[in-house]
Amino acid sequence: MLTTPLFLVEDAGEATPNPLLPTPYDIIWSAVIFVVLLLIFWKVVLPRMQALLDERAAAIEGGIKKAEEAQAEAAAALESYNTQLAEARAEAGRIKDQARADAAKIEADLKARAIDEAERITVQAHQRIEAERQAAFSSLKTEVGTLALGLSEKVVGESMDDARSAAIVDRFLADLEHDTATR
Amino acid sequence: MLTPLAAAGTEPEPFHPPSIADFFPDIMLFADPTIEWFGSDEPIFGINRIMLIRMLSALVIILIFVLGTRRMRLIPTRGQSIVEMGLGFVRDGIAYDLLGEKDGKRFLPLITTIFFMVLSMNITGIVPFLNIAGTGVIGVPLLLALVAYGAFIYAGVKKHPGAFFKNALFPPGVPKALYIIVTPIEFVSTFVLRPITLTLRLMMNMVVGHLLLVLFFAATQFFFFSAGGFYTLFGVGTLAFGFAFTLFEILVAVLQAYVFALLTTVYIQLALAEEH
Repeated sequence: MLTTPLFLVEDAGEATPNPLLPTPYDIIWSAVIFVVLLLIFWKVVLPRMQALLDERAAAIEGGIKKAEEAQAEAAAALESYNTQLAEARAEAGRIKDQARADAAKIEADLKARAIDEAERITVQAHQRIEAERQAAFSSLKTEVGTLALGLSEKVVGESMDDARSAAIVDRFLADLEHDTATR
Repeated sequence: MLTPLAAAGTEPEPFHPPSIADFFPDIMLFADPTIEWFGSDEPIFGINRIMLIRMLSALVIILIFVLGTRRMRLIPTRGQSIVEMGLGFVRDGIAYDLLGEKDGKRFLPLITTIFFMVLSMNITGIVPFLNIAGTGVIGVPLLLALVAYGAFIYAGVKKHPGAFFKNALFPPGVPKALYIIVTPIEFVSTFVLRPITLTLRLMMNMVVGHLLLVLFFAATQFFFFSAGGFYTLFGVGTLAFGFAFTLFEILVAVLQAYVFALLTTVYIQLALAEEH
């Protein structure tokens, strides 16, 4: 009774203990339960939860990163495709130009060769014509002379010696030529 | 006496009024080693019904959270998402919200433990066959209030070594003459009233909740089976009130757990934020 605090004075036997005075076992068991719960939350539950949250954040970040990587990859692929396409186009253009140039060169070659050929044929033809003409002329010359002489002999009734007849023929032909030249 | 309604009649089944003695049931185990305690012998490790209820609450909490956080998946199952929601509520809604992520993480085990310990021991007040809150006896509220008290003093001293008590008792920016008034007020409100209000708010809520529920259901029992006749109508009324107050007690149980954890966190926050 001597050490009892004021609020405990209502000491009406064992029926109603003072609810504000903690009993030793109350405190002890409360403390035991609190420590057990604290250790379990601190050492087991919350680390597991934190690990999960970290994992989840990493998964989300990883997903974003993966998507970014895929996007970059796609962009790179597109770019390389485009450069390849441009290269192929340039190559095709170059080949076309080359072909065109080659065609022009071949055409020019052929043309030149044809001209040459034509010229050669013309020259040959000229030469042949000239030769024929010469041949025809000389044979004609002899034949015309002979004919004329024969004719004149028949007309004159006397023969002429060869030297005189030849001279007459030549003179006649020269006149003839002269006539054609002046006309 | 605390039992003004104890108007026990001579009927076969008298009215059983609620009593503060409900919170001090007989010791069932370890009654033997006793200690001289404020004028009476008290068992040191005594276990009574309340202690068993507390242990059961703790066991349930341990089972839920240890099993619930085993093999956690990135995409939670339904059970896992409930456990995550509970932990996330304390983490994001209380700790990180008030302390920020860095300090919140330091004090998270303490705040989480306080919240779920109080919640599980409050809710036994409406669990059938338990019917009494483990926090209705002063031990748990007092212990947790002292833990909160220690936590905020630790937080303040660690953050502002040597300056914490000075800043708390002699707030800067106050004219020196006013310290005669301010300092005692600050001392009482910060270092005396905080643990007392934490303890009493929780304990008295639970005690009153229990007394109310017992009153309504005991009255219902009395009206239905002892009084009978016309009084049965009263029984219907008291039963309805008992039902309504059971729902209300669920709210109180959650709210008091939230308030206790929140105030602990607020005290830590104030200690950390104390001006230089």
